[in-house]
Amino acid sequence: MSQLNSEMDHLLRRAGFGVSPADAETFRDMSTSAAIAHLVDYEGRPDDVDARIGRPDHAQVATKDLFAPDIDIDDARQRWMFRMIHTRRPLQEKMALFWHNHFATAYSKLVADSGTIQAAKMLAHKPGALRGPQGQVELFRQYALGNYRDLLLQVAQDPAMVVWLDGQSNTKAKPQENFGREVMELFTVGVGHYTESDVYAAARVFTGWNLRKSVDYRQDEYGDLNGYQEFVYSADQHDTSAKTFSFPIYSNGNRTIAAGTESGGMQDGVDLITALAVHPETARRLARKFWNFFISEIHQPDPAFVDGAAAIYLQNRTEIRPVVRYVLTSPWFTNPAMKYARYSWPSEFVARAIKEVGWQGFSLDKVRAPMSGMGMLLFEPPNVGGWPLGAGWFSTGTMLARTNFAATLAASQKENLASALESAGPTPQALLAAMLDRVTPAPFDSAPQQALMSYLIAGGAWTGSAEQLNTRAAGLARLLVGSSEYQLV
Amino acid sequence: MRVSRRLFIRDGVTTVTLGLAAPAFLSAIAQAQGLPSRRLVVIYLGGGNDALNTLISYQDATYYSRRPSIAVPAGQVLQVGTDAGGRALGLHPRLGGLRNIFNEGRLALVQRTGYPNSSRSHFEATDIFGTANPQSSTGSGWLGRYLDTLPRPLDALAAWNTSGETPRALLSAQSGVPAIPNATTYTYASPNRGAAALQERAAAQVMAANLAAGRPHLAFVNSTSRAAIETLDRVAQATSYTPTVAYPNSGLGLALRTVAGAIVRGVGSRVYWVQTGGFDTHAQQGASGGSYGNLMGTLGDGAWAFYSDMRNQGLANDTTVLVFSEFGRRISENGSGGTDHGAAGVMMALGGMVRGGLYGTAASLAPGSPTLENNSGDVRYETDFRSVYAKVLDQWLGVNSVPILNGDFRAGAPAIF
Repeated sequence: MSQLNSEMDHLLRRAGFGVSPADAETFRDMSTSAAIAHLVDYEGRPDDVDARIGRPDHAQVATKDLFAPDIDIDDARQRWMFRMIHTRRPLQEKMALFWHNHFATAYSKLVADSGTIQAAKMLAHKPGALRGPQGQVELFRQYALGNYRDLLLQVAQDPAMVVWLDGQSNTKAKPQENFGREVMELFTVGVGHYTESDVYAAARVFTGWNLRKSVDYRQDEYGDLNGYQEFVYSADQHDTSAKTFSFPIYSNGNRTIAAGTESGGMQDGVDLITALAVHPETARRLARKFWNFFISEIHQPDPAFVDGAAAIYLQNRTEIRPVVRYVLTSPWFTNPAMKYARYSWPSEFVARAIKEVGWQGFSLDKVRAPMSGMGMLLFEPPNVGGWPLGAGWFSTGTMLARTNFAATLAASQKENLASALESAGPTPQALLAAMLDRVTPAPFDSAPQQALMSYLIAGGAWTGSAEQLNTRAAGLARLLVGSSEYQLV
Repeated sequence: MRVSRRLFIRDGVTTVTLGLAAPAFLSAIAQAQGLPSRRLVVIYLGGGNDALNTLISYQDATYYSRRPSIAVPAGQVLQVGTDAGGRALGLHPRLGGLRNIFNEGRLALVQRTGYPNSSRSHFEATDIFGTANPQSSTGSGWLGRYLDTLPRPLDALAAWNTSGETPRALLSAQSGVPAIPNATTYTYASPNRGAAALQERAAAQVMAANLAAGRPHLAFVNSTSRAAIETLDRVAQATSYTPTVAYPNSGLGLALRTVAGAIVRGVGSRVYWVQTGGFDTHAQQGASGGSYGNLMGTLGDGAWAFYSDMRNQGLANDTTVLVFSEFGRRISENGSGGTDHGAAGVMMALGGMVRGGLYGTAASLAPGSPTLENNSGDVRYETDFRSVYAKVLDQWLGVNSVPILNGDFRAGAPAIF
């Protein structure tokens, strides 16, 4: 499995989760532009990944009882990691991860409100076997490259979000500001582009946006698994008075949502969400987030890039797909200075390490504790602002968690690494070169490169014996995946 | 505006990288430099603590009328006397641990702390408490700037952050702080055993020592790796500590237990950062019990265990705990039995050298009172939070607060030491 060219590797690290041997086969003969189309227009690829859970030639899942990713959060975490590793639509999963951070919703608060089963279901339910609306992450997959205004509107009605930001208690007698504030501060325009009185007005706009329970809904584990909560607009709880904002709500520049009727009051929220979605500051804020997610966290967003991406977003009526296509085909994306100019998120790091080192017999329940130590338990962002990205991922404790995960993974793949690398050649140089074909860290300076070579022969002269290969190939994988160079993507 | 945290850390740690390239056994250097043994433990209550239900003005009728379902009944508060404004005050009934410390004269409660035009954004407000600059939520933190005043080379464990993320308060241009969220997993793992594992660790150490000239972001990641390897063995000492009291089995309790271990084992850290979350009580927070009661129980029981342990070890006089949150909460409860983001809060200091008591005056919660703001929705600050920082820096840590806080906040600071 020889390495792809470095442009393709770069593309697959950024628009996906790295390069598995299967990916190398898929992309080997593709041009970069064909590969971008392959990734962006992913509807042409089969969405068969969940059906492959349980296959022996894939990563494994493990659970106490029956694997139940629709209602058990740890199983849902395994399913998502499985998808990151084995999906044929890597950009879709990548965008789902982006939206999960953007609309950061934490399982633990949902549990306090709804119990473990319903909380997991609200986040991860994939419609099929059970009744009820799709879970939040399925919404993110559905709208991965969809229309942002539509996604925002769906998120505002998403049961997990309604619970997370206390929409259930947003009544006309006592408006509740949590969602009204965050929809502006975090989901759209950002601090500095709205006022405190906008927050109060937004809270009133969303009064009555609530949930109702199905008849078989129960919080505890004895309820019917088919029970669910779904969005409902409670007209009698809507504040029908006029709401005035500091920014235009309507295309004619009008800043006031007029007083209306209870029955028609849901339109207030639709109007506000639409106004926020098409606000130029939302366009610019998303452009900056895409810069950081796809291009660089080392370099400040280029103003020309932000202008260009924002313009495409607005011209295309808040469609995300043309924006991401613009990002991936832009000169900034291919600029060599932008390679390895991002700090990998723990989920990116773990998925890529498994894809590149190997997954034979490796069970994905083993990534839960390490990912917690790295600071990124899926479905458990620290707060509504999402995870601390970039350099914020790295501290002594989280770096140890990464390197120790590299050790766990390498230990599990000892035999496979040894047999895969057996043909590499008779010298430690050849072993190192073969390993660097599999895993693709940023380039090493001479001192760390020398340390890797010294490690290979530290136990005595290189003989290429099975035992030596077994030990050193795993140790080398640990050193490479645990290196600082590998943490950059 | 929101911060560019990543940028700052990156720029910051480039320098740290060079500092950390210094010889090992820096704690020995610290000891040889004869530094005082005083240490500060900061507890951050994440989410915006509802100060009005922490320290309760239980004779204010408006407190009860504006909080019909979440007010703590007067008969249940733990009375702590009357403040300078003549208001009778009591702690939340689950703060029995803090009341014990108060009764020993070692808990200072500083009411109505904050700053003008209080931010209602969690992120901005937390960063403002970090920078100690209400005009800027970006840049270095006040404790980071304190660490910058310590002699070089700086011990890699000069400060110890028990949370996974580096809080802004600890950020600095010249001083890196290790994050050790779980000391028991703070170890080096290898796929091999014996000599091969030792050789691998040696190789990892050499790789992490690469200064990566011209690649500051790589140098930064290397610096975290190197600091981890350098501190592994000392951190292991802290985890072997057997406390003199039982700590509550909460995240806060376990973190404070680890801090106690580090202090007793002489690890040498000057600043410890501990945080506990869940204070963003928008819904169903409860009165004496409920979720807010649990938060208070976690705080009170954890602080009491730590204080008792330090006292039993004869170390209470060398240890001060500072408690804060990013803002207080709205006076009137909302429709969901909770409270929205507000303004002024309550800060606390406790320890063997703290002059306990009630500082500042409680707000009058009646609409129209000059002690309120935001159309009488929120409590207006009375004591600038930076004056509490100033007291900690000048009187406890023994450094000049003025350059660290970029201003003189000593006048009128509460006399908590």
